[in-house]
Amino acid sequence: MTTTSLNDRATRQQADHGTTLKMTARGVDVFYGEKQAIKNVSIDVTQENVTAFIGPSGCGKSTFLRTLNRMNDTVAAARVTGDITLDGKDIYAPDMDVVQLRARVGMVFQKPNPFPKSIYENVAYGPRIHGLASAKADMDGIVEKSLRRAGLWDEVKDRLTDSGTALSGGQQQRLCIARAIAVDPEVILMDEPCSALDPIATAKIEELIHELRGRYAIVIVTHNMQQAARVSQKTAFFHLGTLVEYGDTSDIFTNPRQTRTKDYITGRYG
Amino acid sequence: MSTLAPVMQPAPKHAQARVPTDWTTASMQGRIRRRYRAERNFRMLGAGAVLLSTAFLVFLLVSMLSQGLRGFTQTELKLPMDFPAARLGIDPVALRGPDARAILAAADLENATAQAANRAYGPAGYKLLSDGAWLSIRSAIQEDPTILTRRADIWVPTSTAIDLAAKTDGDADAEAGFRMLDARQAVRTGFSMAFLTGADSTDPTIVGIWGALKGSLLTMFVTLILAFPVGVLSALYLEEYAPRNRWTDLIEVSINNLAAVPSIIFGLLGLAVFLNFLDFPRSAPIVGGLTLALMTMPVIVIAGRNAIKSVPPSIRDAALGIGASKVQVVFHHVLPLALPGILTGTIIGMARALGETAPLLMIGMRAFIASPPGGLADPATVLPVQIFLWSDEVSRGYVEKTSAAIIVLLVFLLAMNGIAIYLRNRFERRW
Repeated sequence: MTTTSLNDRATRQQADHGTTLKMTARGVDVFYGEKQAIKNVSIDVTQENVTAFIGPSGCGKSTFLRTLNRMNDTVAAARVTGDITLDGKDIYAPDMDVVQLRARVGMVFQKPNPFPKSIYENVAYGPRIHGLASAKADMDGIVEKSLRRAGLWDEVKDRLTDSGTALSGGQQQRLCIARAIAVDPEVILMDEPCSALDPIATAKIEELIHELRGRYAIVIVTHNMQQAARVSQKTAFFHLGTLVEYGDTSDIFTNPRQTRTKDYITGRYG
Repeated sequence: MSTLAPVMQPAPKHAQARVPTDWTTASMQGRIRRRYRAERNFRMLGAGAVLLSTAFLVFLLVSMLSQGLRGFTQTELKLPMDFPAARLGIDPVALRGPDARAILAAADLENATAQAANRAYGPAGYKLLSDGAWLSIRSAIQEDPTILTRRADIWVPTSTAIDLAAKTDGDADAEAGFRMLDARQAVRTGFSMAFLTGADSTDPTIVGIWGALKGSLLTMFVTLILAFPVGVLSALYLEEYAPRNRWTDLIEVSINNLAAVPSIIFGLLGLAVFLNFLDFPRSAPIVGGLTLALMTMPVIVIAGRNAIKSVPPSIRDAALGIGASKVQVVFHHVLPLALPGILTGTIIGMARALGETAPLLMIGMRAFIASPPGGLADPATVLPVQIFLWSDEVSRGYVEKTSAAIIVLLVFLLAMNGIAIYLRNRFERRW
């Protein structure tokens, strides 16, 4: 246990040098009508690292996550100001195509939400609407590759025509991850992906996050601090709509600079 | 981990000081008894209500069936026709030609039929026959022109009086006539295809329901192709696209009010707009369909919005999250999932429209129409209006025909409701 965590730390430190910025947020405010949900948040998401957002309920971490692929657009009263870029390009610019943005910045939700269609159709839906596969064989390939990457292929390869909703909760969530990576995104946002799952399913998802790291920039919102410590290299602590502290996960958990962070991590509130 | 271990602490002091509730006192027992009694009374009231409504339903069905099933049958008598002796002056060969109708019309078949009856069953024999009996003779000739060269026994409908005497009880003359026919084995009562294939008539022995049924089907067709797409698109737009503001609130209230407007008001609207202003043909299924579409649309919009609302937002999120556009979300996910609910609402709305009388009276669909409508612009009547018209008739023969028409209408309504229930159970999803 100790050796692996030491190894982890070593790789983490290596990763910190020469990282590539994938997404940046500068001075982001989010309003729901009159109420300000996010106050002046600036953060970087790097290609190589898993970034975790932690904080007590209602602190705005999910809200902020949803600004990164403009899912907040569906809430009529929501208003976002500040700069958020993907590969240096403003995603709130008028010429940014939201549909394309969401294909590049995929999302996995808190509650597993497979379509009430077959497992195959769940994965194939994204590539189909984006025209990523021209022939049936291409599509079969994408579906298999995505399910393999999501670690679900061996469990479902014989029943691809079964309904996605017939799977167990953990399998459903991995199906949702397969569905997200089927459109070959650059960033994957995960909004408390394990909060509806049992510990074994949670462990599988965490393992999966490890394997996906590097190929995709991953941002994960979590309530579970152990989970943040296990899966992430960068951690951001949110409280009451503000970003209190952001830094290397090892520093945040062992040597927080802010008292509020320290109190939250040690379980004083939250 | 040690902080998670259960901590053994002594219970607080006041817990031991508490006096336990005495459940055995008289007032406590009385309260319990009263509670059981209230429960029993409520259950009996509920069962009584169910029983009462079941009794009403059974009464309706029994009285309708006992009256109405007779309406599907018709008494016929055997009429020996001696065609060569009748000297109809019809050339059997000419009947193969294009002038067949005119030739048949020129021949005095009515008289020949009456004569044949008189010859067979005495001087008042013609009274045993239905006024439309000659029509059966005509169809027999049309079917097989060679019949004109020989004698033949043809079954023709009897008069209403004989029909009633055969089925239940008629007046003294009719009973005597029926006994005479029965003794000669020249009378039979059987299922009548004529009722299912004919149209309205002034003679209850030869009326049919097909005219009204076809009118209803054409009207429903117009209603469906107008109300369904417009209703579903309105529901989709209001639920998925329209912003929430004062205008959409106003529209929502208006639609809800529209669904509650008495149907006769829609009839007046149809009369004013479609007949007086747009000058559409009177009594036509197209006008009836348009009017009923106005009435059905709000029902479909309301049912559709509820069905769309019940599609969980997580499905929309899922589709949006992998880059589906709004239209793709709606047509690939929301609409298919909401469709069973929308269809159920539509069928129930259509069933209501099928049973509607009042608005159709206003646009002239209560006319006497003796032939089934040929198209959407032909004069027509519909099932409920036909029932209304027949129930108004003086002749006793219409009573059972009215009940029979009600059975036809009920069969259609029950079938539509059955389909709605089937769709709901078959495609309902639990989340």
